[in-house]
Amino acid sequence: MTIIETNSELGTASSPGLASGSRVASLQDIQKTYYMGSLSVEVLHGINLDFYSGDYISIMGPSGCGKSTLMNILGCLDQPTAGKYFLGDEDTSEMEDDELSTIRGARLGFIFQSYNLIQQLDVLENIEMPLFYQGYSEKESHEIAMGLAARVGLQDRVDHKPFELSGGQQQRVAIARALAVDPLVILADEPTGNLDSKSGLEILNLFDELHSQGKTLILVTHSDELAERSKREIKLMDGRVESDERLHA
Amino acid sequence: MLTVLGIVIGVAAVIAMLAVSEGASFESQQQFRDLGATSILLKSVKPAEVEESSNRGFGPPQAVIYGLTQADILTIRNTIPGVSNVIASRIVKKNVWNLGLSMNTDVVGTSVDYPSSRNYNLRAGRFFSETEVRDHANVVVLSDEVANELFPIDNPIGQTIKIDSDYYNIVGIMESEGFSNLGQNQAGSSNSAPSRIFIPFTASRSRFGETTTRQTAGGMESETVELHEAIIQVDNQETVIQVGEIIEQILQRRHRDVDYAIEIPLALLRQAEASALRDQIVAGAIAGISLLVGGIGIMNIMLASVTERTREIGIRRALGAKKKDIIAQFLIEAVILSGVGGLIGVVLGIIIPFIISTFWGMTTIVTPIAPILAFSISAMIGVIFGIYPSMRAADMDPVEALRHE
Repeated sequence: MTIIETNSELGTASSPGLASGSRVASLQDIQKTYYMGSLSVEVLHGINLDFYSGDYISIMGPSGCGKSTLMNILGCLDQPTAGKYFLGDEDTSEMEDDELSTIRGARLGFIFQSYNLIQQLDVLENIEMPLFYQGYSEKESHEIAMGLAARVGLQDRVDHKPFELSGGQQQRVAIARALAVDPLVILADEPTGNLDSKSGLEILNLFDELHSQGKTLILVTHSDELAERSKREIKLMDGRVESDERLHA
Repeated sequence: MLTVLGIVIGVAAVIAMLAVSEGASFESQQQFRDLGATSILLKSVKPAEVEESSNRGFGPPQAVIYGLTQADILTIRNTIPGVSNVIASRIVKKNVWNLGLSMNTDVVGTSVDYPSSRNYNLRAGRFFSETEVRDHANVVVLSDEVANELFPIDNPIGQTIKIDSDYYNIVGIMESEGFSNLGQNQAGSSNSAPSRIFIPFTASRSRFGETTTRQTAGGMESETVELHEAIIQVDNQETVIQVGEIIEQILQRRHRDVDYAIEIPLALLRQAEASALRDQIVAGAIAGISLLVGGIGIMNIMLASVTERTREIGIRRALGAKKKDIIAQFLIEAVILSGVGGLIGVVLGIIIPFIISTFWGMTTIVTPIAPILAFSISAMIGVIFGIYPSMRAADMDPVEALRHE
């Protein structure tokens, strides 16, 4: 595969990263091909992107542009067919399944469109889950989870089950869960897609707050309204980066 | 809870069957302990046809003659090599008196070796001696039960009891036998606690004669029995069963009717052991099949659970769960499921033998190892049949699992 648009050399990427932050993630000539029998479909054609700490990034694009695939690779849920993906300073492209699990749990926070809380566990237990897999003690994870529940304004509902909460509340639990391990990057996939406008606005305000506190956010969305709130907007088209610009400079 | 039914039945079956076969082998061992490995027990048994023919006659009832004779015993003792001793007994039912107190008991006329042949010990005094046997002496040894009944306060030794019109000096008291019931109450009807007294064989013959009369439902009935039972002791355990066969042949030749019975404790024990083994194989097969069915039930429900919870598996994987964390989660669930079944099975398995003993009077023994073993098996079933569903859960692609509705 030839590299068409951008220079793949480390540190000289053309993306308008924040000069202040250190690099937290780097995609280098990422390609992804799906094989279905004898058919192969190349979804990503060599993506080069660097992300810097404290940034608020949105990834936009129409359906089928490779957004979800890119998101899965960023989330270490899927491996690229070719290219390198550095998370922090670790190369994840050659990692075994167990190592990927560990890096997901330790370095990433996930926020999904459909919240993805575990229904039989209460709010506190849901927030504690990533900590459990990182081997935190019960006491420690309890303290962290209580603090995060308070931070998203759910300190009075810690013993509620997800189905007892509104959509906005559930998404706030998911945000608290994503913050639990203090991840390098928070990945949010259409976080307001299932919410009414009022609850959606609350979530977006919470994101602004997280950004102001120095968290690194990557938002995948096709809503312009959401993208406008971010500081850096990346547009994908047919498996390539179409545009990459800094907003509100 | 239908899912764990197989496990419940399997575990209960294992415990109950083990308890029954353990009980059976305990019973045969009990007999074995009483008579020892080198004994053969002969008993006189009234043959059915003799009973009928005697009832057809007119006039005064004729004495029915049956059973073992002195001549039989003599032949056995003299012709079979390896027979070290024969203890023959006559058992006659009599009213025994101490002044105003009386009781109906078996009067056993026997020889001096009777106690040692049955591991039956004296509580007080002594058994009668060879001299007393030779002299047809009127001496008596009481069983513990009779002693307590006739002499509730004072020490019976040195005192006398009256049978018919004769007085007998009490020289000893046997220790309590508990409920061992082999070869007792030959002439009696009830078969409960042993109530017996022992007099010299010679005294029994000369005082009571050979014909005994007893009241039956049909009227008076007389019978003449020389010997009621005999214990034949063999000097070598290896030859007991062969000697038993020879005795059987001798008795067949000497008796027109089968008016005797032979019991060989060693053979009974072997038989009990063989049937216990058979029981255990059958029990094992039943338990095995139930546990297999139970295991498949567990696997089914776990597979359904894994499919139902695909999304949850995806979430957990995204949040940092390794494959082995997922395997552990589902394995633990399978083990808990089968463990609950196992616990219910253990409870049932302890109740069922209790019911069997209560209603059928079989001895059952639940050894502590049986529930532990059965429960461990049920937990193992959980692991074995939980592995496949757990692996399926762990091998799911996180991306696919997260997308699952």
